[in-house]
Amino acid sequence: MKFRYKASCRKNNLRHIRDFVSTSLSNWQMSETDVYNLVTAIDEVCANLIIHGNDCNTKQVFEVYISKKEKDLIRVDIVDPSCIFDINGYKMPDLNDLIKKRSKGGMGLMLVKRLIDKIELESDDFGNRCVLYKKLSLS
Amino acid sequence: MLEISTKKQEGIYHIIITGEVDASSSIELDKQISMALDKGENKLLINCTGLSYISSAGLGVFMSYVEPMEAEDLKMVIYGLSPKVYNTFEILGLHQVLTIKQTEEEAKGYLNEV
Repeated sequence: MKFRYKASCRKNNLRHIRDFVSTSLSNWQMSETDVYNLVTAIDEVCANLIIHGNDCNTKQVFEVYISKKEKDLIRVDIVDPSCIFDINGYKMPDLNDLIKKRSKGGMGLMLVKRLIDKIELESDDFGNRCVLYKKLSLS
Repeated sequence: MLEISTKKQEGIYHIIITGEVDASSSIELDKQISMALDKGENKLLINCTGLSYISSAGLGVFMSYVEPMEAEDLKMVIYGLSPKVYNTFEILGLHQVLTIKQTEEEAKGYLNEV
């Protein structure tokens, strides 16, 4: 079973993406915490892609695919034909520095890295693919 | 969807958040806190009992007020976070830099401390 959602790079679409993720994940037995954490991680990657990757250009579209690979492993593919951010190469900022600078940003990808077990970046004919793997807490 | 209402009671400025704060709606939360400070409010009570989701953009709004509030000796307290939402604060370590209480009574108690 695989679920797919296509969205344009509009910030207002984030809530629709979260609804899609929650609905898709409800097809599998998962804890509320796992669902919430996956919704959060996907929301953060998509927000980064919309705002920083595509500058909120509503003509750009991207796709989110969700599938269950094993009994306890969820795979999420976020496919953007135009660009993808190298999350693995991202250096996490120091929280105290962000506070001193009165920064409002800088924590999204930090959150993704702490919520997701493995992140892979791939490129193919369909575009650039950010793949998130989340191991479920339920056996 | 996000709804924010405000009220002032017994010298405390209440900001009541209902719904989801994400990259799209966090600007509204920022606006409400900023407006309260511009009005000279010095005790902010953030009611999150109706907050169902917060992304890093919303957390960033709270984080951006930590330093100015300390510098100007203002107080802000957040209360009523659900365990799932609190967990997001905790993952980023924000529970250690923001004042978070479980109940309104505890939050008011903190604001009224001398």
